[in-house]
Amino acid sequence: MATPTMDKVDDAKPAAVPSPYITVTFRIRRFNPEISAEAEWQDFPIEIDPKERVLDGLHKIKWETDGTLTFRRSCAHGICGSDAMRINGKNRLACKTLIKDINPEKPITIEAIKGLTVLKDLVVDMDPFFQAYRDVMPFLITKGNEPTRERLQSAEDRERFDDTTKCILCAACTSSCPVFWNDGQYFGPAAIVNAHRFIFDSRDEGGEQRLEILNDKDGVWRCRTTFNCTDACPRGIEVTKAIQEVKRALITRRF
Amino acid sequence: MSETTTSTVGPVEGESLYDVDHPAPVIEAPRARTKKTPKSTRTNFELYGWLFMRLSGIVLVVLVLGHLLIQLVLDGGVSKIGFAFVAGRWASPFWQTWDLLMLWLAMLHGANGLRTVINDYAERPNTRFWLKNLLYTATVFTVLLGTLVIFTFDPNIR
Repeated sequence: MATPTMDKVDDAKPAAVPSPYITVTFRIRRFNPEISAEAEWQDFPIEIDPKERVLDGLHKIKWETDGTLTFRRSCAHGICGSDAMRINGKNRLACKTLIKDINPEKPITIEAIKGLTVLKDLVVDMDPFFQAYRDVMPFLITKGNEPTRERLQSAEDRERFDDTTKCILCAACTSSCPVFWNDGQYFGPAAIVNAHRFIFDSRDEGGEQRLEILNDKDGVWRCRTTFNCTDACPRGIEVTKAIQEVKRALITRRF
Repeated sequence: MSETTTSTVGPVEGESLYDVDHPAPVIEAPRARTKKTPKSTRTNFELYGWLFMRLSGIVLVVLVLGHLLIQLVLDGGVSKIGFAFVAGRWASPFWQTWDLLMLWLAMLHGANGLRTVINDYAERPNTRFWLKNLLYTATVFTVLLGTLVIFTFDPNIR
């Protein structure tokens, strides 16, 4: 008789494992133009393990409490850059922020990133952001014939712009910039970071054009070095440093 | 739906001004970038402006602190300043140059700084235009008037 039985179940029951769940209040900035012209805060108390991420909390709300809650997320692992939002007043990726790290004792405020048009709840219109990205020509520009093999580059040359290759275009930096909040004509940190990635690439020959674009009145000279972008970057890119390097390149090119 | 409803959210009334076919205007960001955003003007004005702020700032530290020290601290402090004191100083080309340099650098430094503030904070094109106009007028007036006084100062005026 080898029938599996469950007769040991009572013995196996642990004495008293404390529940990992705690009650956290998510205070979310809701906006739905189909209901009201005003945005307002709404509280959602949820039972969740504090070792979970803010994104898991948002999923829990959307799947179990209020299906109308709207936010972007794709990969949910900090690579696609879809779920940048303003959590407790700071731009972060919801999928890289653990609840235990942002004081779950108090309500956790979550709102859309600033400086971009809010379409619904946490979803913003990213078009102006990507327009600035397109305007710096974020692609390899070369002259002459294509080589028959790959374009070689030394490790040192690759290292020069390594930091700015990490950008995932989540807009956390650009939407943390006080200059961008008031004037969307400013290119913003993300576009400058992606220009930096090509300007300092030894294989690229469009650096002059990009520098000329960023030399304009809405380019790098509007940066106030408040370092909000460096603090906000979920990839740890030294954004302000990259902007300063572009400024330095412009000045050394001129003098 | 009644057009006279004043409440936009109506949990009690059960009515709202907005629905799927008539959504409210979205909350727009100021001065958003579009495809039509003016392309590069190909001038180095902003570069020179940025450099000027740094260089004039350094020079102004010396000029202004020296000015304050002489005017307010040394030789009996502020009580010594009078027509005769100014007349005596402006008899020397050194102090004339000092004051002229300080006037021009401080005014242009301040004006460029305020231009930056207007660019950063004024959202509507009209507001920007008029604030900058006012700023430039005031700057030109002050700089010209100050320069005129320094060069045409007559110690024997009565």
